[in-house]
Amino acid sequence: MSDAAARVPARSSSNARPALLNALQVGLPAIALLVMLAIIFSIRPAAMSYFGFHLLFKLSVPLVFAALAQMMVIMLGDIDLSNGAFVGLITCVTALYLGDAPAIAALCYIVLIAAYAGFGLLIHARQLPSIIVTLGMSFIWLGIAVILLPAPGGSAPAWLAAFMSWQPPLMPLSIWLAALAALAGHLVISRSSYGVVLRGAGGNPRAVERAGWSVIGIRVAVYAVAGLLACLAGLTLTGLTTSGDANVAPAYTLLGVGAVILGGGAFTGGVVSPVGTVIGALTLSLAGSLLSFLQVPPTWQIGAQGVILFLVLAGRVLLSERTR
Amino acid sequence: MMNDPTLPKKDAAERGDADSPLVEVGNVRKSYDAVHALGGVDFHLNPGEVVGLVGHNGAGKSTLMNVLAGTIERSSGSFRVGGREIGAWSAASAQQAGLRCIFQELSLCANLTSAENTRIVHRSLRGLGWRRRARQVIGPVLDEIFPGHGIDLDRKVADLPIGERQMVEIARAFTQTSIKLRAVILDEPTSALGHEATEQLLTHIRRAAGRGIACILITHRLNEILAVCDRTVVMVDGKVVAERATAGLSRAALVELMGSIERPRDRSVGKASSVQAPVIRHAGRDTADLTIEVGKGEIIGFAGLDGHGQRERLRAMFYAARRQREALPGAYVAGDRGSEGVFSLWSIADNLTIRSLDALTRGGMISGAAARKLAETWSERLKVKAPSIDTPIMSLSGGNQQKVLFARALASDAEVIFLDDPMRGVDVGTKQEVYRLIRAEAENGRSFVWYTTELEELTNCERIYVFREGRAATRLEGDAIETGRILQASFGGEHV
Repeated sequence: MSDAAARVPARSSSNARPALLNALQVGLPAIALLVMLAIIFSIRPAAMSYFGFHLLFKLSVPLVFAALAQMMVIMLGDIDLSNGAFVGLITCVTALYLGDAPAIAALCYIVLIAAYAGFGLLIHARQLPSIIVTLGMSFIWLGIAVILLPAPGGSAPAWLAAFMSWQPPLMPLSIWLAALAALAGHLVISRSSYGVVLRGAGGNPRAVERAGWSVIGIRVAVYAVAGLLACLAGLTLTGLTTSGDANVAPAYTLLGVGAVILGGGAFTGGVVSPVGTVIGALTLSLAGSLLSFLQVPPTWQIGAQGVILFLVLAGRVLLSERTR
Repeated sequence: MMNDPTLPKKDAAERGDADSPLVEVGNVRKSYDAVHALGGVDFHLNPGEVVGLVGHNGAGKSTLMNVLAGTIERSSGSFRVGGREIGAWSAASAQQAGLRCIFQELSLCANLTSAENTRIVHRSLRGLGWRRRARQVIGPVLDEIFPGHGIDLDRKVADLPIGERQMVEIARAFTQTSIKLRAVILDEPTSALGHEATEQLLTHIRRAAGRGIACILITHRLNEILAVCDRTVVMVDGKVVAERATAGLSRAALVELMGSIERPRDRSVGKASSVQAPVIRHAGRDTADLTIEVGKGEIIGFAGLDGHGQRERLRAMFYAARRQREALPGAYVAGDRGSEGVFSLWSIADNLTIRSLDALTRGGMISGAAARKLAETWSERLKVKAPSIDTPIMSLSGGNQQKVLFARALASDAEVIFLDDPMRGVDVGTKQEVYRLIRAEAENGRSFVWYTTELEELTNCERIYVFREGRAATRLEGDAIETGRILQASFGGEHV
């Protein structure tokens, strides 16, 4: 925040241009998404169907939730490096217990979410850098997951797998879930009166504290919600893969960070957009499919995905410089 | 969890006696380790009263206000709100009692809009349509205090110019929803406001007082105090030294009250230093900005209120001296130890010798023996209290860390040493030792340029420049260096 406070912005002569640039900046991930879809459809017009969308976005559901979990933490100016390992742990718990012993599974979820909140408390109370604490947490999650399920296995309960392959009317399930998550996030974080306090706590915690709010309570609650969203990511992922695997989702950690930043978030804290984050997550998960359609050899795909991420982020940075 | 259920619905002030003061503190103390920020202060605020609080930097004004606002916990002392004794006092209970504070540094969330920032201080602004109601709460207040302000309430605060941000923050403090507003503390509220907005604010303070809202106004612009306050409280060194009705009080009388403590002058003045040509001449930015001259063996002081351009000038002189080839070697002693002074992971020896590496190099490598000898000599001369010179610097007290930084400059080949308010937060004993050392080094022909916020230190100087509004405005020499004249020069001229 300090650089924002030090800068005395010049008043723009006309309001229309910054407003347009601002809209472009918000819309950039959406534009990137549309461009990618257009390329895919021009190569394979058959993909422009309910089933095509279903296949393209099927794997984006867990990433959307993981990115929203990351967004909550970035909103406070922290970063969560344990997000992917946590999702892996949840898939293990789900594949092992949810089918046969739902009570044990539920207890595990609650304990794990409470642990997440506890780490939030630790970070706040001891003023520790979140990057270190969550890095440590990621090893703890991975260790527990490997103890529970040394090799990938277990099975998702039938109802969960059935839900994830359900084909609701109008749009595929993945699009419905993404839209609902974006709407809920927008209402709670961007519109509600409590969302303001949360974003305020990320932007200027001292000011929020002076206004009589408990910043420590806010941090604990936000970490708990991040844990809950990561839990949802793990559940939906298990429903898709139908098994548990400790190492299934390490990429979610940084893809989630990428989605938040792509969607208009900032590491300084207090500046996040749930709608942008969801679109960012969809864009990132589509990038892989796009490269397959372009027949990029698999060995080059990861690198090419990085190039796409780099290009979109660079575009956003350029636009935000223009808005200033 | 975010609502605080522990507070009673009716606040203490409402139940209290109507005649008793709104807030009353007795013998309040606040200390940080050895430093006493407040040394037993009695203060009270009556309903609808406007109190001015004045004093030099570090007099404890802001600490006192933070104690009243619940953001700093007092170390000891009584606290009464509306006549009722209060134990623990917090920011939440201050809000509940209708006490607001505008802090010296901006306390708006820059990532939120003005309307959203209003929501932060009002718990009742929630539920459907809260955004519209928040605009209706802050908008009219802003219109009333600063007519024609032209601020868009839905713009992010970060996008507003600094003056408008300050207006929003002031207006926000005067908003009222479910909790009755009783008092507003304004700590340097006019620093970023233009002349017109300042006048508007002062008018509003009187208007609010008429409605029973008390105000505490802290400002260095004394005419503002004289214009609106009923009562003026003067603080010096963490204590209240005077309390006067403002009616009939003059600027000069106020300044005199601030410097009323007699300080011993342990300096032999009138050294014949003007005989030789100055070793540094640093021209000002314009004709109103004095040229600063430093002679060999002289101690030159920079005085004035904090943040009036002393540090900038000091750095400009330091860099200017470095750029010239034939110039004397200089050294800079930082006041902000944490961010500009110490290498926190290094030992005392490493911290002390970093400025002298060139002199310690033998054949391209640092000579360990020479470095240890230098470090040992100087940590002994400065009486650094540590088991050995290999002790990590962070295990030392603040005063001893500062001594190491002094030693770093003195051990070097520097002929001119620039001091950037280095004694802030250092205990008295250490200060006296360092003063003696500075004078001894000056006798040996070293020159010092010393920016300080502590008036007392200026008595060590041969000549001082008092800064005001970014310029070296006044030059005082020899016997003319006295608290009253310095204060007069620091405060003089504003809106007069």
